[in-house]
Amino acid sequence: MKKLLLGNAAVARGAYEAGVRVVSSYPGTPSTEITESIVQYPEIFVEWAPNEKVAAEVVIGSSVAGGRAMSCCKHVGLNVMADPVFTVSYIGANAGLVFCVADDPGMHSSQNEQDSRHYAKASKTLMLEPSDSSECKEFTKRAFELSEKFDVPVFIRLSTRVSHSQSLVELEDREEIELKPYEKNIAKNVMMPANAVKRHVLVEKRNLELIEFAENTDLNCIENNNGKIGVITSGICDMYAHEALGDKVNYLKLGMVYPLPEKKIKDFAAMCDKVYVIEELDPFIEEHCKAIGVQVIGKDVFTMLGEYTPSMIKKAVLGEESAESISADEAIPVRPPVMCAGCPHRGTFYVLKKLGLTVSGDIGCYTLGAAAPLQSVDTTICMGASVSAAHGMAKARGDEFNKKLVSVIGDSTFIHSGITGLIDIVYNKGINTVIILDNSITGMTGHQDNPTTGKTIRGEATKQVDLVRLCQAVGIDYVTVADPFDVKNFEKVVKEEINRQAPSVIIAQRPCALLKTVKYKGHCVITDACKKCKMCMKLGCPAISLEGDAVRIDTTQCNGCGLCTNVCPFGAIKKED
Amino acid sequence: MSTFNIMIVGVGGQGTLLASRILGNAVISEGYDVKVSEVHGMSQRGGSVVTYVKFGDKVYSPIVDKGEADIILAFELLEAYRALPYLKKGGKMIINDQQINPMPVITGAAQYPQNIKEKLSQVCDITVVDALSMAEKAGNIKAVNVVLIGVMAKNTDIPYETWTDTIKTTVPEKFLEVNLKAFDLGYNSKQ
Repeated sequence: MKKLLLGNAAVARGAYEAGVRVVSSYPGTPSTEITESIVQYPEIFVEWAPNEKVAAEVVIGSSVAGGRAMSCCKHVGLNVMADPVFTVSYIGANAGLVFCVADDPGMHSSQNEQDSRHYAKASKTLMLEPSDSSECKEFTKRAFELSEKFDVPVFIRLSTRVSHSQSLVELEDREEIELKPYEKNIAKNVMMPANAVKRHVLVEKRNLELIEFAENTDLNCIENNNGKIGVITSGICDMYAHEALGDKVNYLKLGMVYPLPEKKIKDFAAMCDKVYVIEELDPFIEEHCKAIGVQVIGKDVFTMLGEYTPSMIKKAVLGEESAESISADEAIPVRPPVMCAGCPHRGTFYVLKKLGLTVSGDIGCYTLGAAAPLQSVDTTICMGASVSAAHGMAKARGDEFNKKLVSVIGDSTFIHSGITGLIDIVYNKGINTVIILDNSITGMTGHQDNPTTGKTIRGEATKQVDLVRLCQAVGIDYVTVADPFDVKNFEKVVKEEINRQAPSVIIAQRPCALLKTVKYKGHCVITDACKKCKMCMKLGCPAISLEGDAVRIDTTQCNGCGLCTNVCPFGAIKKED
Repeated sequence: MSTFNIMIVGVGGQGTLLASRILGNAVISEGYDVKVSEVHGMSQRGGSVVTYVKFGDKVYSPIVDKGEADIILAFELLEAYRALPYLKKGGKMIINDQQINPMPVITGAAQYPQNIKEKLSQVCDITVVDALSMAEKAGNIKAVNVVLIGVMAKNTDIPYETWTDTIKTTVPEKFLEVNLKAFDLGYNSKQ
């Protein structure tokens, strides 16, 4: 049976068919739906872990114990899981061990544009790169086989357009794979220097075997169209190239992007007068070609920035212009993402902006607190950095600076890696104020449960991390829970805490407006009492805008959260049913 | 070896994703190869969102380049205007007659372009529908997406039953009645 599946759902299907037992991940666009799709398969234990490092270690444990396992993350999540990944390359895989990483060229939803292929090379493992949903499923199954065959963890590398495109996939049955025997094996599984020295020898030997495999596998295939031009591609770029160039060129499609073959590339180049390497982001394949003495054209004509398109390839390789198109002859205003109507973070940033505070920010919907008109957030680096970077800011600039400084971090992000920064503050005598934006869900990635929500990925009730007690336990004596929509009280609490000569935590508690359990009613309207002071406009609510000099609330956008009624100094905004 | 290319544009939260999924599934029941490219993550939070549905004998790239969309289904006026360069010569735009101000307009940093419909009608074939009112009539303003699918369906060779069957398998049971009603209102609207 053929079904239309997202690339991500197809990876999940592949894992299911390959008899996987354990999947552990932390959400991150564009990888999230892989793990979410696993939920439909009761045969698999699936979980959201507190962060990617924990997730990787969980699946490594499963592999060592004999059960096939997979962990999925976005490119920056791979940075978090890198520590165990590099060492498990030495340990290898008892049962098949797969890490699926989704890059985000074009940064649709990311803070950098890193190319994860470098990780496969740096960790001396194996990496496959599918180009559509059908290959997503097929390559995932192959990944488990290869992992066991070569005793190596295998990466599957996706990119946004593969992860988030749907195409047809042939569904097959699950193969029940017996647990591999578990035997205590200190020399293989305990990576202390004496053992690791010996394992490293095997890693290098394995890498040579993998290169040999790369020469012969059908994952790397040549399509000879008797053209003069040759094109080396992988992943989504192969699809773009086929659309743009059809059968006018010869192709070497690399389904396995690390290790790369030598002879196969040389043989392919010998068939062509001119060879292009078409790959988004870094010149990973190009540099390999040049290192083995094959002259190719790559980043001198293709950009290292963003996503490619078929028309871009057509122009670069064939010199053909793209289709005719019409453009508007005036500037079209951009539409950047915004915090939703009813977003609980809006109240928090309204107050922080009003108080003129420096805001050490983090990764989540609330990164949008940096956007106009609130423009409250000063820094965003990576998950957890709001807390630790604020500690560094305060230590560099002193207590006076610290009295105008707060960290903001979401509930899920705090558990991911904010808690360690908080411990650092307490331990090293910081007096920072950290605001945990507790909206009862992992928001930006599309509503995943986390240890603070009291539910597992399957929606089962579980122990809920108590944020108040957690902060108290690490040594925070001042923990206050406050509703960010009660702006008066919230402002009072923030003022108190930033002036305190002790570290403190404010838990800004109000659920995400998009949660089904949140039922705001009616909508807000501007009454005749409006003095046009435009205080409500400072909220940056997508429902409130100016028409001429009058303020208007768009009732199709407003969800009746009522925050604007709390900030209007004249009581001129009323709620209607 | 050409494909039929549909581009769906709108504002994050308007339900363009479901629209593209209904479209994709309707197309496969007709035996075509199909690719649907979606947008997840940050831009879903009120930003410009673009999804593509391409079908034909064989589809390679999931994205639609400039000048290659046969139909652009626009959920909002400004997004229709923004998508114009993607329309194929002789292509058609189906536009929901709704204005949603983007943040630069709200803050006064930019102006919402005037008379978008008139400007578009001078350079391409457009159909404008008030999908919001039709969705309200169907019982839920969130059904704007399915109203628009209905309008678009009328412009394809795919039979009515294929669409309604697809909606039945794509939409959750409790929203089915509203959505089928919304589809009919779009399908039977004057074009």
